[in-house]
Amino acid sequence: MPQFRMTGRGLWITALIVPPLCFVALFIVYPIISAFAYAFFDWQGLKRLDFVGLENFHTVLFVEPYRSWTLNAFKNNIIVFFALMVLQNGLGFILAYALWRELPGARFHRIAVFLPVVLSTIIVAYLFKLFYHPLFGLVNISLKSIGLSEWAQPWLGQSGTALWSIIAAQAWHMVGFPTLVFLAGMQRIPSEILDAVRMETESEWVKITKIVWPLVAPSATIVFTLLFVGAFNWFELPYIMGGLDGSPFGSTDVLGLYFYRTAFGNVSSGQQDFGLGSALAVLIFIFIAAIAAVITTRLRAREIQL
Amino acid sequence: MSVTTTNYYDRKGILGTLGRDGLLQIILIANTILMLAPIVIMVFSAFKTTPQIFQSPFGIPDFTQVQNFIKIWSETNFLRYLLNSFVVTGASMVLILTLGTMAAYAIGRYAFTGANFILMFFLAGLTLPLKLAIIPLFMLMRDLSILNNQLSLIFVYTAMGLPSTVFIMTGFIRTLPNELEDAARMDGASEARIMWSIMLPLVRPAMVIAGIQNIVPIWNDFFFPLVFIQNDSLKTLPQGLTTFMGEYTTDWGVLFSGLTLSAAPIIIIYIVLSRQFIAGMTSGAIK
Repeated sequence: MPQFRMTGRGLWITALIVPPLCFVALFIVYPIISAFAYAFFDWQGLKRLDFVGLENFHTVLFVEPYRSWTLNAFKNNIIVFFALMVLQNGLGFILAYALWRELPGARFHRIAVFLPVVLSTIIVAYLFKLFYHPLFGLVNISLKSIGLSEWAQPWLGQSGTALWSIIAAQAWHMVGFPTLVFLAGMQRIPSEILDAVRMETESEWVKITKIVWPLVAPSATIVFTLLFVGAFNWFELPYIMGGLDGSPFGSTDVLGLYFYRTAFGNVSSGQQDFGLGSALAVLIFIFIAAIAAVITTRLRAREIQL
Repeated sequence: MSVTTTNYYDRKGILGTLGRDGLLQIILIANTILMLAPIVIMVFSAFKTTPQIFQSPFGIPDFTQVQNFIKIWSETNFLRYLLNSFVVTGASMVLILTLGTMAAYAIGRYAFTGANFILMFFLAGLTLPLKLAIIPLFMLMRDLSILNNQLSLIFVYTAMGLPSTVFIMTGFIRTLPNELEDAARMDGASEARIMWSIMLPLVRPAMVIAGIQNIVPIWNDFFFPLVFIQNDSLKTLPQGLTTFMGEYTTDWGVLFSGLTLSAAPIIIIYIVLSRQFIAGMTSGAIK
């Protein structure tokens, strides 16, 4: 390839590279760096006041009521992450395994499982909100019609079931993604290996745990990391289905909602605090980055190079 | 291994295979029903009146009954929202593909100092959750005085789409052979001409993948309009849907037809281009 010699070519490369770089620098890198800086100042509305050091961090982590809000939201995010790990990634793996066998109709099943993924989260949120309606929702009507009237309940209206109902909607929405990523991983397993396994064992369980699962490790790494980042950024579904306050009684509050509410205020109390909001953003950011790095390196280590 | 044991294993193998495949097939069919039922019920309900939805939620409706859709068409801003979504998504996609191809072409085709560093700079943007930088972004848009203006959305989406686009396109552009390019250069073609007439036609497949990967999240995005756009006539479809759902809370027929109309464009395109959609949307997660 030609070296960076002539000025004409240098100019040409510069002209190609500078505009895209500017976009990324101005709208991604600069805001993220600023988010860190904002957290160290006191804010009044949109006006920046004094440098306050770590006070904002101290407030959101140790001063009531922020402390319990932070802990509650964080706890809910952890529930969401582990629940989706099973419902979304676990189920995704099973579905991928089933699709991988190319049984009759596999193509249709593959298209169907991915269909909810392309829908807007807002559509999914409202659709399930209607389905969960205590009186006219499909869920309760179905339960009543099969004689399980005592199971019918206000799914989104009580603390015990609200978060789980939203998690179920999320799993329906996104299960197709890990399914097809795992499927792609399985399809890359060389057929010689599979033939060799078939000679050695007939146990499906051994085949899955000892061969397929280790060999799709790269897909698992990516799917787990994306789920982790997604779970701790969760916003749209709880925002529509539980509301900005994470109702009822904060049982559906997650860090994304809490951060947005702190930064921009909510309907009932118009107060907004960019300082505390930024401190929360920085903490969430560092937490996500640190754990995602650990997950990635840990899982990478068990990947096998073929 | 003796003959008898082989037979024994064979027989058990066939039965086992049948049983196992049957189980897997049942899992798949059950899952497909579970995936499609909510969407089918949504579409069916769109053609029913509210009492009909309450009385027979699973019943097949009379598809000639379109008064819900007419209501949406005539009484709400739905068409406006749809148009806004087209404008914002379209402009963002043009910018993403143009700028992304430019950067990827420079990085992938020319060896220059700092090329790898610039690629790393773009890739850093891949993993950062930009939602968390919403406060500085909000201030930035205010300083640029494009708050409550669709340019704010277009700029953020473009910046968000560039990392993955540069990543996909650079990888692809690097695999293209040098011969054509060298021959054209020998004939005295300018660099711009080589890029435009010779290389660009070859990178179209990668552009489709990068395009689909970005178009779905942009079309569906709700978070950035929520923060940047207040004016009802500027709202995009997902954001407009929240306004609309708030207004018609008790008219379920209209609610379901609103959801159906919002979902229709992407569902139809997905059914036509499912292969490309699946490849595009999972391309970031598949090595």
